[in-house]
Amino acid sequence: MEIAVCVKRVPQVGGRIVVTPDGQDVDTRMSGFAISPHEECAVEEAVQITERLGGTVSVLTLGPAEAADQLRDALALGAHRAVLLEAGGHAWGPAGTAAAIVAEVRRRSAEGPAYDLLLLGNEAADTGDYQVGIRVAHGLGWPCATGIKQLEVTGDAVRARREYRGHEETFEFGLPAVITVKEGINLPRYPSLPGRLRAKRAAVEQYQPQWQPEGLRTRGLRVPDQPRQQATVLGTGTDAVPALVRLLDELGILK
Amino acid sequence: MNVLCLVELDDAGVTDASLRALTFARSLVTGGAPGDPGGGRPVLAAVAFGPADRVPASLLGRYGVTEAYVIEPATLDGYAPQAWARSLEGLLGVTLAAAVVAAGTDCGSEVLAHLGALTGQPMAANCIAASRAADGTLAVSRQRWAGLLIEDATLEGMPALLTVATDAVPPVPVDAAPVDAGAAGDTADPPVRVHEPDLDPADLRVRATVSAGREGGVSLATARVVVGGGRGVGGPDGFAPLEELASLLGGVVGVSRVVTSQGWRPHTQQVGQTGTKITPELYLACGISGAIQHMAGCGSARNIVVVNTDPSAPILSRADYAVIGDLAEVIPALVAALKDRR
Ligand SMILES: Cc1cc2nc3c(=O)[nH]c(=O)nc-3n(C[C@H](O)[C@H](O)[C@H](O)COP(=O)(O)OP(=O)(O)OC[C@H]3O[C@@H](n4cnc5c(N)ncnc54)[C@H](O)[C@@H]3O)c2cc1C
Ligand SMILES: Nc1ncnc2c1ncn2[C@@H]1O[C@H](COP(=O)(O)O)[C@@H](O)[C@H]1O
Repeated sequence: MEIAVCVKRVPQVGGRIVVTPDGQDVDTRMSGFAISPHEECAVEEAVQITERLGGTVSVLTLGPAEAADQLRDALALGAHRAVLLEAGGHAWGPAGTAAAIVAEVRRRSAEGPAYDLLLLGNEAADTGDYQVGIRVAHGLGWPCATGIKQLEVTGDAVRARREYRGHEETFEFGLPAVITVKEGINLPRYPSLPGRLRAKRAAVEQYQPQWQPEGLRTRGLRVPDQPRQQATVLGTGTDAVPALVRLLDELGILK
Repeated sequence: MNVLCLVELDDAGVTDASLRALTFARSLVTGGAPGDPGGGRPVLAAVAFGPADRVPASLLGRYGVTEAYVIEPATLDGYAPQAWARSLEGLLGVTLAAAVVAAGTDCGSEVLAHLGALTGQPMAANCIAASRAADGTLAVSRQRWAGLLIEDATLEGMPALLTVATDAVPPVPVDAAPVDAGAAGDTADPPVRVHEPDLDPADLRVRATVSAGREGGVSLATARVVVGGGRGVGGPDGFAPLEELASLLGGVVGVSRVVTSQGWRPHTQQVGQTGTKITPELYLACGISGAIQHMAGCGSARNIVVVNTDPSAPILSRADYAVIGDLAEVIPALVAALKDRR
């Protein structure tokens, strides 16, 4: 099974998000970088599938040169091959990102072995566009299921499940296919020391995709007003329990 | 501008998220030219999937819908996202819609992304506001980072495709809206027309088989009371008092990501950006620091009460009340006190 997992380098925001003075970006001077929990699960899922069925896990990112760090993190978890699509300083949106991923999948098919399965996150942690996987599927003419929380892959087909509004939805279709996953599909492992060492030395393939402008153009970013308030302290330890019971009563919680 | 809105049906009629999307869509409707399908009146069209007799025309009318379209099970049975998007594409010509709106639910986001791919148009996810600019583009504001950041953007696209954040606007029927709120007309029942989409076989490759979900009492997303547990619970065994408290209060337990990634509790209980968004009357957050990704899931709770050993934990600046103390002492004592009241 040849699997490609698409991951995105995003700022690891801590206590609050800070926007740069020009309002165009998230201020990352104080932050580290990571990939979204959904994508961590996508990497884990791919590694588990190839542990069962054999094959290769390629991790793929479109981003700056530094995004090689996120590829190496995935290699440390058991991915085999890393591909960096260089963003070249452009602001990429979902349509362009999808086109770049499609081009890489086509290039790989031409050179072989072709990918059988693409795994992505349901949505990116930062932009939350909810669409790259679907646009990739259309670009390739492959079937696609999104928001998947349980996946079974056989040699040539998938069964994918998710919950929606209290019901379970099951999708079954043939490979090659695109699946976007959500956190909860598995519990990602921690990287092993040998894994980290292997990742450090591994080669990262690099390509320069063609940028295209997007129909959704950012004018500015802002942090929404949050009703910030300091909590009223009811008391300390078990001494506060009577006050807590009174509060729950006043809020109508005790009926 | 005519607007087409995807409406999700449920046992009660139309889902709450879709009523909110309709309220949002109505605010975009403007103008209307003679010769338009609305006969000179601007069109707010709704499209639903299911038996025609389950489309609640009068409810849609109250939300300003001027015409409704339904794709019946005989034509397209069950949920097939690409086929749903193909159906919406077909209705663009019928309704002359310049914008298509859906709720920012799993279903709405997915169908609109397919429509974006089919039509080659951009899609703006999780909008909280939109208005038409002089040059015909839309000025939109949308949520990023699960609502922790707002992006103001220009959306070009014919049609403009947008999903509406589920907490962007409350559901407001036309008759309850103040005059001038962009009502698309009076609230007569709209005609419900059966639409026969022109489907491609590939549109039906991915179709859901639906079965009953997990046997579950109260769901986390809709619970009236959520008792939250974080790293401060200390381990899988620490949750028993929280469970007991939740059931005494008629609620459920919700947890932080630390708890699920340690495997202490299943991910279905996670509150936050990559878990569930909750909207309870009371969120009692125990041993949770209040990371922004966690707050993204519980910020809409009406009351947040915290139990934390650290008086400077960030969550105290986003909460209403706090008890400073060890949850392993406070929660069992609270359980005992509540039992005594009975
Ligand atoms: C893209 C992204 C998405 C994320 N999505 C989510 C998400 O959906 N949900 C989520 O929760 N997190 C999410 N996170 C993780 C988030 O950033 C935090 O790491 C996490 O919420 C912290 O969990 P916590 O509060 O339990 O742990 P900690 O931050 O370690 O806080 C533990 C708290 O417990 C208190 N405490 C300790 N012992 C006791 C005791 N005995 N009694 C009372 N209090 C005690 C401490 O004072 C502290 O405040 C996400 C992160 C990223 C990057
Ligand atoms: N720059 C990128 N490089 C690689 N994969 C990406 C990139 N942007 C988005 N993706 C993938 O597409 C998913 C959905 O992203 P989005 O549609 O932007 O919310 C993410 O979870 C990633 O798996």
